[in-house]
Amino acid sequence: MADSIFRKLRDGGEEGELAPALTVEETVASPFALDVSCYLLANLSSSILAGKSKSEGLVLVTFSQSPSFYLQFLKQKGIFVSSSSKWIRVLDCYTDPLGWIDQPSPGVITEGSSLIKLHKCVSDLKRLFSSIIEAGREMVGDGKTRFSVAIDSVNELLRHSSMPLVSGLLTDLRSHAQVSSLFWSLNTDLHQEKVTNALEYISTMKANLEPFCPSSDGKRNALENLFLVHQDFGKGRFHIRFKLRKGRVRVMSEEYHVDQTGINFSPISSVETIIAATKSLIPKASYLVHFNLQLSEKERFEKEKVVLPFEHQDHGKSTEIYDGRRTLADGKTEATPLSSGELQADVVSSGKGGEIIYFRDSDDEHPDSDEDPDDDLDI
Amino acid sequence: MDRSVNLLDLALGLDEPSPLRGKVVLIEDCVETSGSFVLHQMMKRLLSPHSSDSLIFLAFARPFSHYDRVLRKLGCNLATQKTNNRLVFVDMLMMKCSDNESGVAKLFREIQGTVGKLRSVTNSNITVMVDDMSLLEIAATNSNSDHVLDFLHYCHTLTSESNCSVVTLNHEDIYSSMERPAYLLQMVCLADIVIKAEPLASGLANDVHGQLTVVNKGMISSKSGKGSSRNKLQNFQFRIKENGIEYFYPGCSRN
Repeated sequence: MADSIFRKLRDGGEEGELAPALTVEETVASPFALDVSCYLLANLSSSILAGKSKSEGLVLVTFSQSPSFYLQFLKQKGIFVSSSSKWIRVLDCYTDPLGWIDQPSPGVITEGSSLIKLHKCVSDLKRLFSSIIEAGREMVGDGKTRFSVAIDSVNELLRHSSMPLVSGLLTDLRSHAQVSSLFWSLNTDLHQEKVTNALEYISTMKANLEPFCPSSDGKRNALENLFLVHQDFGKGRFHIRFKLRKGRVRVMSEEYHVDQTGINFSPISSVETIIAATKSLIPKASYLVHFNLQLSEKERFEKEKVVLPFEHQDHGKSTEIYDGRRTLADGKTEATPLSSGELQADVVSSGKGGEIIYFRDSDDEHPDSDEDPDDDLDI
Repeated sequence: MDRSVNLLDLALGLDEPSPLRGKVVLIEDCVETSGSFVLHQMMKRLLSPHSSDSLIFLAFARPFSHYDRVLRKLGCNLATQKTNNRLVFVDMLMMKCSDNESGVAKLFREIQGTVGKLRSVTNSNITVMVDDMSLLEIAATNSNSDHVLDFLHYCHTLTSESNCSVVTLNHEDIYSSMERPAYLLQMVCLADIVIKAEPLASGLANDVHGQLTVVNKGMISSKSGKGSSRNKLQNFQFRIKENGIEYFYPGCSRN
């Protein structure tokens, strides 16, 4: 399923339409949007280098990690980036986003200055937009050739600029004729719901990471959710939502597992496995049940054998129990001689009166039936 | 010097060489259970004779004499470490940042300069420790948490550019109200390791002084090499003694 979003980004949009855009949503309890971004970055890079992508270049805008982190990651995946690489440009909004540093520190990559450009004013979104387009055109020119844009996180953007401005930037990027596709990540616990919704409106695809732990009930519980996760919390569900052109929505899900090499996706396990896994994740105290409302087969059989009171006739004669299946008239005709006989005998012998005529409730009657139980009253 | 490894060391991966290199560690505590002892334990480990690491300590809460007294009981002489240039103690109680963003920026530039000087003489791990973030907010910006988050972001850049570690202490209960949850969550998101010190659910006890929960998020293609501690959560209890801390799992007898 994760492949499907990669393919959508790789293939881009039709001419004249806005570029497809993906939001990757993470939470404090499932902080793996970086892993998803790296997964997409590696796949997009491979497809661009192999000439299988509609876009011929990639502009990577880094806010949460250094450019060297991504270049090192691509190197581990067998994709080597050098200063002469013409298919990728990195806009570094991580190292000095507010212009605090007068000179770049020794650790900042200075070789291949065209590969990585330092961007010092993240709050100026118009300038950021221009820088992204300029970086893209450096690779593909001013013609019709397109490039993709990857923003590793919009959390910092939203901290320094208002949501409408950020939405405007992303929409402007989608609308640009040379932008083939676009993706970004967001931590939904850090922002109000309206911000998350606004970004979802802009995107054509939404992917979110759901951990195998109790779901968040508002921001107040986001921190609690982090400490409620299982000892090994690198697993969960990966949900993808596609907005189709005609307005329909398609939802797909699979499982993810995160390790040292990154994120891996697999089909959803069987229900029993999930239940067993979930049970093992939740503390055992939650399963202490004090009441058992279910009957086992043996208990059900024993219950059916029980003779109810007033049905047991201990006179040594054969017991005939009205089970409610015969007609009432038949029942009374048959039952009356028995009871009346006894009554007469009792009346004659003891002089006492009264009898108990017991009709068992019908086995076919459901406990919660709509029938009024007082219908049999003869008032 | 005691080289035995305790549960906190194991949770942090301190049994491996330079496990905190390039990582951000956030210690959260509350009024009922102070997390300062975790800072002291980490200071002791970093400045032990078996290590060549350096420490830049930003003290907003207490003066040098307090830390010197505490660490002496743990067997570490801070004065000697200062002389050896393994400890750079920045007494923020004496300094006052201006009430705008430039004060915090200036503080970061000083730290960056200090890191640069240390890096020129040693290739070992350099740790920047802040005690504590809530007082940084008061000292530097008078309740503007955005500048504190900016400062933390820039400290994060030191982990990648200069391969430093950053350890901060923050009081969770100050920021856990509905109006300010994002600030605390931002710090949690930025951290690679979160250590939460909290009281026992059953309340105060003579033998057990609280519990620690360590969430080690780790990172993709971790620089520590092995990185087997990615996405791990551990919980254990502790007892603060005169000359150290005991850590043990709930219900286990202490050694």
